[in-house]
Amino acid sequence: MDLWFSEFHTKNVKLSIKVDKQLYSKTDEFQRIDVFDSPEFGIFLTLDGYMMLTQKDEFIYHEMIVHLPMAVHKNAKKVLVIGGGDGGALRELCKYKSLECIDIVEIDKEVVDVCKKYLPFTACGFDDKRVNVYYQDGLKFIRKSKNEYDLIIVDSTDPFGVGEGLFTKEFYGNCYKALKEDGIMVNQHESPFYDEDAVAMKRAHKRICESFDIARVYQAHIPTYPSGHWLFGFASKKYYPIKDLDAKSWQELGIKTRYYNTNLHKGAFMLPNYVEDLLKDVE
Amino acid sequence: MKILNQASAPIYEALKNLKNERIVPFDVPGHKRGKGNQELTGFLGEKCLSVDVNSMKQLDNLCHPVSVIKEAEALCAQAFGAENSFFMVNGTSSCVQAMIMSVCKSGDKIILPRNVHISVINTLIICGAVPIYINPEINVRLGIPLGMSVSKLKLAIEENPDAKAVFVNNPTYYGICSNLVEITSLAHSYGMKVLVDEAHGTHFYFGKNLPISAMKAGADMSAVSMHKSGGSLTQSSILLVGKNINANYVMQIINLTQTTSGSYLLLSSLDISRRNLALDGEKIFEKVFEMAEYARSEINDIGNYYAFSDEIINGDTVFDFDRTKLSINTLDVGLAGIEVYDILRDEYDVQVEFGDIGNILAYISMGDSYKNIERLVGALAEIKRRYKKGKADILDCEYINPTVCLTPKKAFYAEKQSVSLSDSVGNICTEFVMCYPPGIPILAPGELITKEIVDYILYAKEKGCLLTGTEDLTTQNIKILKEDI
Repeated sequence: MDLWFSEFHTKNVKLSIKVDKQLYSKTDEFQRIDVFDSPEFGIFLTLDGYMMLTQKDEFIYHEMIVHLPMAVHKNAKKVLVIGGGDGGALRELCKYKSLECIDIVEIDKEVVDVCKKYLPFTACGFDDKRVNVYYQDGLKFIRKSKNEYDLIIVDSTDPFGVGEGLFTKEFYGNCYKALKEDGIMVNQHESPFYDEDAVAMKRAHKRICESFDIARVYQAHIPTYPSGHWLFGFASKKYYPIKDLDAKSWQELGIKTRYYNTNLHKGAFMLPNYVEDLLKDVE
Repeated sequence: MKILNQASAPIYEALKNLKNERIVPFDVPGHKRGKGNQELTGFLGEKCLSVDVNSMKQLDNLCHPVSVIKEAEALCAQAFGAENSFFMVNGTSSCVQAMIMSVCKSGDKIILPRNVHISVINTLIICGAVPIYINPEINVRLGIPLGMSVSKLKLAIEENPDAKAVFVNNPTYYGICSNLVEITSLAHSYGMKVLVDEAHGTHFYFGKNLPISAMKAGADMSAVSMHKSGGSLTQSSILLVGKNINANYVMQIINLTQTTSGSYLLLSSLDISRRNLALDGEKIFEKVFEMAEYARSEINDIGNYYAFSDEIINGDTVFDFDRTKLSINTLDVGLAGIEVYDILRDEYDVQVEFGDIGNILAYISMGDSYKNIERLVGALAEIKRRYKKGKADILDCEYINPTVCLTPKKAFYAEKQSVSLSDSVGNICTEFVMCYPPGIPILAPGELITKEIVDYILYAKEKGCLLTGTEDLTTQNIKILKEDI
């Protein structure tokens, strides 16, 4: 048998992964959820046919979206994850003993249930006592919160479909309001490489710049995402991502990581010229 | 005539059959099923162009329906509880025109509220009917005109017993309904016909817990914007006719101004939408109702915004309220409605139906989702956080009582002279001035221009309303009656 999963990265480019077997498939009121097992990437989850995470490379994404802001904000007690139904960001957050409360808002309970069953390597994050799960629209949840969080992690899907509301000006503005005066927001920021992705990336950056005084972008290499070159947004009310990094303190925590380290932290903000140009366009 | 079955859609089915027949077209339209205009076909799609066809035997003729259009119109009449219905392809404006011209000739009086849609006064210019205006009351808190007062109507009828018809906006753009049953019985007792602009009330015929529809209230004719809450294509509308109206005469009136090339895209959209509403309307509007109620309560929770509902019912000028309408008063945020309208569009990529001085109207329909409603609510919350100031110094009245000096027709066709808006005070206006949307004239031909009106126009302009109607596209100059100079 020759079974493959393919995702179009543009109309003319696709990535195909050989599939051993499909473990799950269901279309609920929000989206289609599929789980596959593959020889190269292990278990992987797709939503509406778009790659969310694979067992082999998810550590890159989750480490970069969690440890980087946590190494800047030294007094974070209360964190909100928006999206992130796979639990990977929670898993990384739970490594910080200093955190007191981790709220997660995921619109689709089915995603969480499926991940708990088929992706225990990320969904283990749900087991921690400090984690509170809310199944509702992220935009609605954040609208009702004010001056509450030290860190907000926006772990969303792409800006087309279910995640659309999480790339809007009203969403970022409401996140600003929900953060404490020294709060940080990090977000999944799309890719700068292919034209269509770059448009979405610029748009998100523009919207974030309109709400936050400090808005920077950092990068990571994620092999299964379009072009492999992926960006994250770092937006903040007070802290600068490099100047306020306390490398020594973070290293003393002794958190074991495979991708993130405090040198890479600084390097991740050193962007290629073409990306700098795209960002400058909208700043 | 066949037994009517609401599950059928005769025009839609005839078009599907036509596609299967593979007829070689040597008739118009000249794009020939799109083959002659590839760019247009690429843009609109082959499916769409393949049914953009002309009247022919199996498709009937809109100007003289005998087969599938006739059947579709009969199904529509049945679905809406009317005696007859007409499919209209030039919008609800053409329905309004047909209603008035069917019951009024030149010089005949018609009783109507002044806050009518522009199409009503346009019709008076065309047919020469004489308006007898009833001034709608204003809700001062909201700055919006209300419905028709039965006692004021009685007064107008007694003063003008020779009037031929009473014209009612029901519901208004804001969802306000008048006492249609009482109005109809009063008008009928004086031998006057009742015409209803029901542009915003298609759903009244299908949903539950909604105000009474014109046909049910016994009105004689109603103009229904199927393309608003009914889901059909823009420009497609329905004219409903009751049992005391000669439908064949109405057809003749319609044909005076109707195209002889009625679009089958529009007609099939009416047919399919009627079927949809007849079969699933109750369920559809239940969802719309719930979404509007949800949005209203969330918006009121933000504070300072006032998304009003049936608490404004007063037994007369607000006899009932359409709770699928989401009108939001913005004055306590310190912003004019039109300013919120602009911010929503320019900064938040949210387009609402209109903004006037005190309110915005977000149109909630069968195409909406809770996800999108969260965006609207989220954006409004943000606008309050970022822009909130004290209650703005805002004109508190939307409606200005007009002094009518000439009929619209006489004024429109009179000798005119152009003067600057500020110099026009004290003269008689010969054209329209309105904000669009909502398209309700501030000034109509034949009305006295007062300082109050000029101030209001300048204020609306300053706030960013799009002013239309005057020959001068910038609305700096206005045409007045020449004799007055």
